Amino acid sequence: MSESIVEIANLHKRYGGTQAVADVSLEVRRGEIFGILGPNGAGKTTTVELLAGLRQADGGTIRVLGVDPQRDPAAIRESLGIQLQASRLPAKIRVAEALELYASFYADPADPAELMARLGLTSKAATAFANLSGGQQQRLSIALALVGNPEVAVLDELTTGLDPQARRDTWALIEQVRDRGVTIVLVTHFMDEAERLADRLAIIDEGRVVAHGSPAELVAAGDDDRTFRMRLPAEVAVSPVLDALAALAPVHTVTEVADEIEVSGSRRALPAVVLHLAERDIVPDEIRTLTRTLEDVFVEVTQAHPDGVNA
Amino acid sequence: MRTTTSTTARRVVPRGFGRLLGTETRLFARDRGSVFFTLAFPALVMVGVGLVIPGMNTSITEPGPLQGYSTIVVMLPAILATAMATPALTAVPVFIANYREQGVLTRLSTTPMPSAGVLVVHLIIGVAAFIVAAVLALALAAVVFGIPMPRSPGVTVLAVVLGAVAIFAVGLVLAARVSKGSTAQGLGMLLYFPMLFFAGLWTPRPIMPDGLAAVAAWTPLGAASQAIEEGWFSTQMPWQQLAVMVAYAVVGTVLAARLFRWR
Repeated sequence: MSESIVEIANLHKRYGGTQAVADVSLEVRRGEIFGILGPNGAGKTTTVELLAGLRQADGGTIRVLGVDPQRDPAAIRESLGIQLQASRLPAKIRVAEALELYASFYADPADPAELMARLGLTSKAATAFANLSGGQQQRLSIALALVGNPEVAVLDELTTGLDPQARRDTWALIEQVRDRGVTIVLVTHFMDEAERLADRLAIIDEGRVVAHGSPAELVAAGDDDRTFRMRLPAEVAVSPVLDALAALAPVHTVTEVADEIEVSGSRRALPAVVLHLAERDIVPDEIRTLTRTLEDVFVEVTQAHPDGVNA
Repeated sequence: MRTTTSTTARRVVPRGFGRLLGTETRLFARDRGSVFFTLAFPALVMVGVGLVIPGMNTSITEPGPLQGYSTIVVMLPAILATAMATPALTAVPVFIANYREQGVLTRLSTTPMPSAGVLVVHLIIGVAAFIVAAVLALALAAVVFGIPMPRSPGVTVLAVVLGAVAIFAVGLVLAARVSKGSTAQGLGMLLYFPMLFFAGLWTPRPIMPDGLAAVAAWTPLGAASQAIEEGWFSTQMPWQQLAVMVAYAVVGTVLAARLFRWR
C-alpha cells in the first residue's frame, strides 16, 4: 500500500515568461487516489503532463513506476493512462470504434465491451463522438484512459461540466477503478471532489505545493484554535458574560455575531466556557462548533477564491 | 505485477497499426465530400484540360508514336503529377494540422502508438486514394479522348506510385509541425504551385526548355512527371528520376517523423 509509484522532486517548467511549475515535489503511493487540487492556472495540468512525459521539464526529477518519463516517455505509455482536458477524438469516430482502436495499441488491453458496460456507454456504442453529450464524451474519455489496463490513471478535471448526478456516478466509478488496484491521480479544482475521493492530496498554487497530506490531516493542521458559537437564553444579560468568558485562560477571543456569541480558543475553551456558565446557572439554548473544511484550508493556503477568481 | 519495459517502442510495425489504418480509412470514407473530391479531382482536371484548353482536343499530326492521338496525351504526365500533388500538399497537411488543433493528436500521444505510425497511416491512405482516382481519370480519358497504352507499363506504374509516395512524404514534413489548419493550407499552396510548374503543367515536356527540365528532375513532382513520361512514351529507364523520388520519399518520411509534434 505504501510503495511509491510516482515520485516528483523540485519540478520546474516555464512557458516563455510564465513559470507554470515553480517547485513541485510529491509522491503518489500504489493503490491510492491522489488529488492534485488548486485554482485554475496553478500548474496542475502542466504537472501531470510532465509526469506523463508529454512535455519536457526545465528542472527536477520524475520517476513513474521506476522509469524516468522525461528520458524514456515510451516506457510508461503501456502502464500509464491519462485523460487530458485538451484532448478530443475525431468527430465521426463511434464509441465502440474508438475503444477498439485504442485497445489495439496496448499489449494487454481491457475488453472494450466490458468498459462500455461499466461506463454506461453500451447504448451509445454506434454513436459518433460529435453526437455524444458532454457527460458521455467525458465518460468515453475516462474509458480511453483505462482501456490499456494501466497501473496508474491520471484524470484531469474529469467532472467539469457534468451535472450533479453524472458527477456522483463518475465519483463512484473512480472508486471502483481504484478498488480494482489502479492508482489514480486526480486533478481537480473542486473541493468536494477532492475531499470525497482523495486518500491524500497536494494543493498547488502558482506552481508550488502549498499543502499536502490526507484531507483529514489538512483540515486538522494548525488546529490548536477551535471556534464555536452559542446562543444564550434571552433573559441573560450578555455583556457581563462576554467579559467573564474573555477572562478565562483557554479563551482567546469572544465576539458577538448577530444574536450569537462566537468564542475561539484552545481545545479546552469549550469545556471551560460550559463549566463557567453552569456555575452561574446559565444554560445555552444552542452550541455549535465550527469545523474547518478543506475549503477553509484551500482558501488559507492559496489566498484565492475556490473557483480560481482572486478575491 | 507487470514490469515496465519499452519493448513496444522497438516493434517495426507498431501494435494497432492495422486497426489505426482501418479506422482512419473508415473515417475518411464517412466524409462524403472529401471522398468525392479526392476521387473525382484527377478525372475533372483531365477532362477539363482536354476539353476546355484550346487545341488540346485536336489530333497530333506530326509523325511519330503519338500521331493520331489528341494533344491532351502529352499532358498526361503533368496532369497525373498535379493529381498527386493536390491531396498531398493541400488536403493531408490541413487534415493533420486540424487533428493537432483539435487535440486528436494529443489524445493519441498518450498511447504507445508512435508518431511515425500516425504519419505512415495517412501516407498510405493518401497514396491509395490517389491511385484509385488516377485509375478512374485514365479510364475516363481513354473513353473521351483515346490514349495510347504505356510503352513500359511497369516503369509507368512504378513512377506513378513512387511519385505519389514522394510528394505525400513532402506534404507530411509540412504536416509534422504546423499547428493550425489554415497555416497548413497557406504553406501547402506556397509549395504546390512551384511544384506544378516543375511538373510541366504550364510547359509540358515537349516544350519545356532543357535547362528547366534538368532542374525539374531534382524536384519530387518534376521527377515524377518525367519518369511517367519516359515510362509511357519511351522504353528508356528514368534511373535518375526514380532515385530522386525514392530519396524524397525516404528523407521526407524520416524527417516528418523526427520533426513531428503532437500539439
